Order: sequence, then C-alpha cells, then structure tokens
Amino acid sequence: MKNYSSFDVLGPIMVGPSSSHTAGAARLGKIASEIAGQGFYKVEFYLHGSFAKTYKGHGTNKALVAGILGFEPDDERLRDSFDIAKSKSIDYEFIESDLGYVHPNTVKLVFKYLNNDDFYVIGSSIGGGSIVIININGIEIEFTGSYPTIIVKYKDKKGMISNITSIIADAEVNIASMKVTRDRDDATMICEMDSQIDEDTINNISNIEDLSYIRFINTKRS
Amino acid sequence: MFNTGKELLNLCEEKNLKIYELVIEKEHTLSGLSYDEIKSKMKNTLEVMKNSATQALDKEIISVSGLTGGNSKKVESYKNNKTFAGPFINGAMAKAFSTSEVNASMGKICASPTAGASGILPSALLSAQEKMDLTDEILVNALFTAAGIGEIIAKNATVSGAEGGCQAECGVAAAMAAGALVEISDGSPSQALNAAGFALTNIMGLVCDPIAGLVEYPCNLRNASGVVNAFISADLALANVDALIPFDEVVEAMYKVGKALPESLRETALGGLAATPTGKELEKKVIK
Repeated sequence: MKNYSSFDVLGPIMVGPSSSHTAGAARLGKIASEIAGQGFYKVEFYLHGSFAKTYKGHGTNKALVAGILGFEPDDERLRDSFDIAKSKSIDYEFIESDLGYVHPNTVKLVFKYLNNDDFYVIGSSIGGGSIVIININGIEIEFTGSYPTIIVKYKDKKGMISNITSIIADAEVNIASMKVTRDRDDATMICEMDSQIDEDTINNISNIEDLSYIRFINTKRS
Repeated sequence: MFNTGKELLNLCEEKNLKIYELVIEKEHTLSGLSYDEIKSKMKNTLEVMKNSATQALDKEIISVSGLTGGNSKKVESYKNNKTFAGPFINGAMAKAFSTSEVNASMGKICASPTAGASGILPSALLSAQEKMDLTDEILVNALFTAAGIGEIIAKNATVSGAEGGCQAECGVAAAMAAGALVEISDGSPSQALNAAGFALTNIMGLVCDPIAGLVEYPCNLRNASGVVNAFISADLALANVDALIPFDEVVEAMYKVGKALPESLRETALGGLAATPTGKELEKKVIK
C-alpha cells in the first residue's frame, strides 16, 4: 500500500476552488512554460472536457495564466493573473476544443514566440493538484513533475545516453526514472532525479555535441 | 506503519502512544524531517486554516462564478439571536462557510482532504479552541490525528467525490475532524476511531451533485452541516455510545456504497440538485 504523508492528506495548500481545476491548472501552466522556455508573447490554451465546460467558474483560465507567469498554486496573485499578464504584455486566448481520447481535465498550451516556432505542451490535471505532461511538440511522453526533471533532445547516436547520465552521476545525483523515445533521427530523453542539479551540471550536459534542446524543470511540491 | 484502524489501535497500545504521536513518528520515518520541522510545517497548515475560517465572517466574499457567497457573515451575525442550535454550533457553521467562500473566490485554503470539503476541519479546530481555550500546539497535534484517520480512509477507500460521492469528501472531512476533536478532549484512540466511524455512518451514501459542476452549492451547506456532524460524532464517541460496526468496516462499507452510486451522483453535475430544473437554470446562468 502506498504510504501517504500527513501533508498529502492535509494538502495541498492552494488557491481554490478546485484542486484539479485550479491548483492542477496552475501547475500545468508553470511546468509547460518551463518546458517551452521564456520569451513568449502569447499563449493559446485549448481546453478539453471538463476544463472546457467549467473553466470560468473554477478559475481554470486565471490559474493557467498564473502558471505561465511562474506562480505556484498557493500564490494568492492567481486571481489577478489576467491583469498581471497584461502588465507584462503577455497575451492569452482560451479555445474550447476536443483533444481526443485524453483525461477530461486536459489542456494544450501553444506558446507563441516572435523569432521562434510555436512550441506546444499537452498536459492533464489528474486530481488532488497532481498533473501529468503527455505531449511536447508532438512527442508523446509522460512525466508528472513530482521530481526535478531534465528533458533533452538530440540526434540519436550511440553513447548519448551514457554521456548524459554519467554527467548526472558525476554530480552525485541519483536518477529516479528515465525514458527515451525516438522520432526518426531525433531522440527525446526525460530524466527524473531524486535531487536538484546545479547550473554547472546543466551547462556540461548542454555542451554535449548534437544536443538540440535542453530544459531543466525545477519542481517543488508544496 | 499502519494501513488500517485496527493496526493503528494495536500500535497505539503496544507503544503506549496517542494517535498523533504515532502519526508524527511515521512522518519522521517517511520524510526524514525532524520532529520540529514536521510540527512547524503543520503549524503553517494551521495558520492557513485559521485565515480561511475567519476571513468571511465579517466580510461578504462572493465566488468567481457569482453563484454563492455571503453566507458566513449572515450566520455569524445571526448566531447570538434566539437560535435553536446556539452560538457555538452557529459559529462553527459560519466558520465552515467562511473557508468554503474563500475557496470559491480563489482564496488560499488547505485541501482537507479536498478543496470541496476544506471548511470542516478548520472550523472544528478553531471553534474548539475558542470554546476550550486551547493552545495552537494542541490543535497541531489534533491535525496529525486527523491526517492519520484521513490516510487510513484514503488507503482503503477514497477521498474523491468523483469516485465515492460527497460522503468521501465532506464525510471523510467530518470523520477526520471528529477524531481530532476526541484527541483534543483527551479521549482514547479507540474513541477517536469510533467518532470517525460515527461521522461516516451519519452521512453514508451522501451524493456529490454540485450545481454547474462547481465547488459551491450544495458543497457550502455540506461543509456547514459537516462540522456539526463532527462535533456530535465526537460527543457520541466520548459518551461511549456503542459502535457496533468497527471503523475499518465502516470505511469499507462507505467505499462500496460510493462505488455503487451511479455516475450521475459522482461529481458530474448530471444528477441530484444539479439536475433539478432550478439547478439547470442556474448552470445556464453561470456557464456562459
């Protein structure tokens, strides 16, 4: 049987009204923006299922915008996120849509950049404020943001995995789980770790040849 | 470690510990945090609860949807009238409403065990503190007792309205609060579990039928009645009223009843009050 912490039962501490529709939405927004990277001028939110049906009453829209601004689910600025986004000249749009056979509380976030291609992330809020990211730019993945996570994309070739993991090991960090997928020549690796890694380690990984993308998701669970 | 009420009681007896002491010990083993760190984390939780349970007492707070709000203030200013339930119970209902209203207006709350049921435990503890002049430390300890009871229910049943109906949210919150109240009154571990079992028994089968699918109505009423359920369940247990069905079996029954509920009565807004003509009319108004 899974052991619960007292703070799983009495928690999360969050801005209401709904752990799945508000707290989970804020986490999705935050993690998605960390994956996509800063510098976006607009985000389109494609809302699916229950998200599409009840997003206004649950403040899902405000929570998502707060998330992309980097706010945690317990940040009381959540309810003012529209105004804060405007003051930062970040535009947003909500589009009710059908994302297919996915969890009822799912959203596709499309990040728009002036000098870069659109970047999209799809994630679901699966209850109690927990989330799962299921797709990054068409690559199907699955990670929950419960651990510090590193996501890298590279031209698939021999030795890449061991290059990356040995740098992580040299930093004395233990890997909790790892998943590698491949789409034609491009491989994506998602590595969840037991502890944070420092900037030097991230730089060392980014210096590996043929790496096209690297993101470090520094998640904190309240 | 414990997975059931029976295991919890055995451990309490074996080690001669209160429920909260056992739960803190378990938390320490699991997280590696020191006892002081764990208690101070829970003190922070208590502060969030106190704020949410008092914010709306003298200030009308309206929900994001506009569907509900202002009831906490109404009950708080009514409580000293010539009432049936008296100032204590009315005050407790006002505090439960307060957290519900803070929650529905995108204010900060602690899910206990869920956001929808987050008004019950804070109101129970704060009302008890006012009545009995308790220290915060006693309330923090009681929160660990509540967490231990909630954990057993989460492990063996569910605390999700979508899975088990409102009995799994407001029912479990009331059970956790009832156990915590017994702890506060220095009752025995078995009295605490009896109180939790009574709270679940009193509302077994309660459906989850929120208007427009929003965490507002009847959730707010069920938070108000939930804290009353917690107080009477604690009193019944402390009076040693017979608990014919052991806590673990009550939890199992609650889970089975929840599973047997049709989907329309499990947070889908397709049945119960949500499906009444007025419920649907209100839904049209708030979902635009």
